[in-house]
Amino acid sequence: MTRVAPAVAGAALVVALLLSLTFAITIGPAEIRVDEVWASVLSHLGLAENPLTALRDGIAWELRLPRVLTAAAVGAGLAIAGAVMQAITRNPLADPYLLGLSSGASLGAVAVLLLGVAVALPIAAFAGAMAALVITLALAGSFGAITPTRTVLAGLAVSALASAIASLVIFWTATGDSYREILGWLLGSLAGARWPAVAIAFAAILIAGIPIAIGGRVLDAFAFGDTTAASLGVNVTTTRWVLLVATALLTGAMVSVSGSIGFVGLVLPHAVRLVVGARHRVLLPLSALVGAIFLVWADTLARTVFDPRELPVGIVTAIIGAPVFAVLLARRRGLA
Amino acid sequence: MSERSPGSSVAGLDATRVRVLAGDRALIDGVEVHAPAGSVTALVGPNGAGKSTLLRALAGIHRPAEGVVLFDDVDLFALSRRDRARRSAFVEQDTATDTAMTVASVVGLGRMPHQGLFGDAESDAPVADALATAGIAELAGRQFGTLSGGERQRVVLARALAQQPRLLVLDEPTNHLDVAAQLAVLRVLRTLAARGVAVVAALHDLTLAAAHADRVVVLRDGRVVAAGQTEPTLTPELIERVYGVRATVLRHPASGRPVLAFDPLDE
Repeated sequence: MTRVAPAVAGAALVVALLLSLTFAITIGPAEIRVDEVWASVLSHLGLAENPLTALRDGIAWELRLPRVLTAAAVGAGLAIAGAVMQAITRNPLADPYLLGLSSGASLGAVAVLLLGVAVALPIAAFAGAMAALVITLALAGSFGAITPTRTVLAGLAVSALASAIASLVIFWTATGDSYREILGWLLGSLAGARWPAVAIAFAAILIAGIPIAIGGRVLDAFAFGDTTAASLGVNVTTTRWVLLVATALLTGAMVSVSGSIGFVGLVLPHAVRLVVGARHRVLLPLSALVGAIFLVWADTLARTVFDPRELPVGIVTAIIGAPVFAVLLARRRGLA
Repeated sequence: MSERSPGSSVAGLDATRVRVLAGDRALIDGVEVHAPAGSVTALVGPNGAGKSTLLRALAGIHRPAEGVVLFDDVDLFALSRRDRARRSAFVEQDTATDTAMTVASVVGLGRMPHQGLFGDAESDAPVADALATAGIAELAGRQFGTLSGGERQRVVLARALAQQPRLLVLDEPTNHLDVAAQLAVLRVLRTLAARGVAVVAALHDLTLAAAHADRVVVLRDGRVVAAGQTEPTLTPELIERVYGVRATVLRHPASGRPVLAFDPLDE
């Protein structure tokens, strides 16, 4: 199979991401042209006069721009989280969703929103993700040595339980309209993303995502198992825990702004791996870019296809992601 | 090669009173292993004797509950992980993975202890050396997942060589390989020994150990029952005592090396 030069792929993806962000903002019930998008951005940065009416500027600057930026950051974060999980558990099926992180984070967020637990939303989501992770690994009996199969089975159990508890909380407390909002949490939605969401998602990328991507080479050592990683001088236990906590932080932050969006963390790293190989110094940044682009467009579909009704974006990612995953599986079998 | 006199310092691996516990049960107890630089030492013994467990301790990966593992008079467990990984490399048994990496990338992993996280491993000279020594230079651009078992084993071996170790520890490096691939692996081990590396390999195939190892350490139930140069140590009496199998030691007409012939099955 031919592989694409990573630098070329990276440059192309950065351009594609910038174009995606710009064009996604123009799409919607109110027509806003590309030049108007840039004019609005420049004026808010104090660099130009704003030619837009207050209403159109509000749509561009207060609604669509923070939404596409959040989508990009969440997509990048979930893709990184998935790639890291797959490497440290040596399980191609691992992703934040499967190991219970997303459900745990959702449960934390629902507890804050509906039960009025007095903690900041991202912190509650992070705590939920961490709790789910610890319970998953404890159930798998794998502190120290993680066996791929048991970890996934334990993650499925924890994930199902956390989702069930979250649904139960919703069932008892939600009334009328709040059902729709809750569904957004469980299936993932970026409908509520404003500037605070952008701040949370980008902070998580800065604090957890970028350090993981920079130190990604250490993940290569895990491909041949813990003993080989140890023989290469890697402190296996510490490295694994640092990466798992960073992944929980990333997932918790993303879930707190978007609910739990599936398939991005599972499918995109596989697709990128097929094209550029499994070296994490390349895989992580490129997965992040692809994840960002993918979620920007998935969310654009989610808010426009059944306009004026919005789909939860998690439905879109699943509808696209599941068949793609099936194709990847088939190709894998063809290669083996 | 002369046996070491007590207290003298010898280049190579020198492990004493090694005890490894699983819970409160001793898997390895009171084990001494001496593996001089420049020779191939085979660790043999029945299944469940504790060979893999002992090798992890000897390679500096799993700290034993008791005992000292010295290499060139330096305690392997007193070194930082990275310093240790520059001296000692370990080849695991059956490293099954279908990682989407090229052979050069896999071998490049061996540069991690030297470069840390930011080097450019694949273009490093030791990687090319390791590929050449393992006889797989022509595979450098291939995908690891597309290789045969024998090729994979030599790639994993080359990864360890890229660490430029003075001590190379291998757990059953010939397992599941056909005879040509087994000999290819053993040839690489002999080359390394000739360059002064201390090579320690668990081999469950006694005939391979008899034919290719300079020294043997015979392990049973976590204890050393015999150790020393291959020929005087690996006697029919010892084999019967350890394995309960009768054998005759013949001599290879060309090399003069011992050849083990096991007695026919009982009628």
